Amino acid sequence: MSFFKLFSGIFLETLRDVLPILLLIVSFQLFVLRQPIPHLRRLIVGGIYVVVGLALFLSGLEKALFPLGKIMATQLSDPTFIYGSKVAVAQPDWMAYGWIYLFAFMIGFATTIAEPSLIAVAFKANEVSGGVINQWGLRLTVALGVAVGITLGAFRIVSGTPLYLYILVGYLVVIVQTIFAPKNIIPLAYDSGGVTTSTVTVPLVAALGLGLSSTVPGRNPALDGFGLIAFASLFPIITVLGYAQYMHWSAGRIKKNLKEENNAI
Amino acid sequence: MIQPQTIFAAKKIFLTVYKKLRDALTDLLPIVLVIAFFQVLIIRQPLPQFGEVLFGGLLVVLGLSLFIQGLEMGLFPIGEAMAHGLARKGSLFWLLCFAFALGFSTTVAEPALIAVSREAAEIAGQGNLIPQTEKSLSSYALGLRLSVAVSVGLAILIGVLRILRGWPIHYLIIGGYAVVMLMTIIAPDEIIGIAYDAGGVTTSTITVPLVAALGVGLASIIKGRSPLLDGFGLIAFASLLPMIFVMGYGLVIFG
Repeated sequence: MSFFKLFSGIFLETLRDVLPILLLIVSFQLFVLRQPIPHLRRLIVGGIYVVVGLALFLSGLEKALFPLGKIMATQLSDPTFIYGSKVAVAQPDWMAYGWIYLFAFMIGFATTIAEPSLIAVAFKANEVSGGVINQWGLRLTVALGVAVGITLGAFRIVSGTPLYLYILVGYLVVIVQTIFAPKNIIPLAYDSGGVTTSTVTVPLVAALGLGLSSTVPGRNPALDGFGLIAFASLFPIITVLGYAQYMHWSAGRIKKNLKEENNAI
Repeated sequence: MIQPQTIFAAKKIFLTVYKKLRDALTDLLPIVLVIAFFQVLIIRQPLPQFGEVLFGGLLVVLGLSLFIQGLEMGLFPIGEAMAHGLARKGSLFWLLCFAFALGFSTTVAEPALIAVSREAAEIAGQGNLIPQTEKSLSSYALGLRLSVAVSVGLAILIGVLRILRGWPIHYLIIGGYAVVMLMTIIAPDEIIGIAYDAGGVTTSTITVPLVAALGVGLASIIKGRSPLLDGFGLIAFASLLPMIFVMGYGLVIFG
């Protein structure tokens, strides 16, 4: 019964959320382009799917993904699990949270490697570069970037260091890389940061951060809980730029070698 | 007696549903494996509310596959057709209007953003940053969502202008980074984490395909623009500008 109440509430909210898109499409089509709407029936059926699907997804999120992320974070950072006894620790020792880092790394990698929009981007990157950038190479690079990013973000929450320092350093690295990277990969690399953080990843990772910051002694969810997603969208930019640079460099070297061989002959 | 057409149609629907569900399951499988690995081998404790989590997980798979199916049926084709139509029409004013409206409306309905802003409101309420009433919580969450949506709208508008004028992307992005850092100095500490996260949250299921279609469509119509080089980059703006706007929102709310 309580589930139906939850679901119907979410359903009504969803309806309100999807309305702006429908209004936008209809008004542009009718008043600016002045054309009838093509495939009206498909659009209506699709719209119903979107609303119902979104409402189901959000209720599932509330019941599964958010609690799951928090429970895992709580269990893995529980003092009895880490220190073996229920002693109250005032200052957490960041070395003791090894399992948290491993979990962060693996969940970052796992959510990214199967991400549909990343697969699409990898396909396009292969096209842009004329085959220099390997699809699997790029996907692994991005997934590694997200994994390292979330791990570092978890370390930040445990150690309580300020978020902006990490982001500032990350930005500086991106700027330096931008100067040296091959020019045609730059827009793609910048985009890969935003693409990786999908609808499933975001709630799970956000819950991990919030759960972690509420169990690690001395941390405040309002101050320390957020920021993991920022790491997950910054680090892929760095790894993709680095990967492109490496591929560019090694392609150049092969060419140079070939030339030298030809000259020798 | 059942008509053969009905059987055929039912089979087709069944196959589509099966394929969508399988796709969604393969997407989620790595996550399930990691969680199971940790739960069974390392934590070695029963997962509390196991049944509820399982049920919720099923809802997530079902909801996501329905949602994506609906987008592919209705929204994506019409969005792409409109992006092409407007680009061909050649009116700068309407193109920019469309860019803004597209960014705004797709972000307002973004599931990840809805979920995270609700969570952020709860955290802010527990931290006594805002009054812990139902009304102030939902108005805080809505404020967050609206500032993110407005900023994504503006970001797409700027990105479209960039494609039209052919500005190099890295100057704009580096300039944006500088503004983010300056805003960080003056923004209240409580908003910084969520503001930085807002950049990544905005760009997922609905926004990315539609916005990418707009960018690539525009770049392929304008002379002298390479769709592969200039078509990308819209999403980069859409994940940068929300940081700045949410910090601004924090300045107004927490001041």
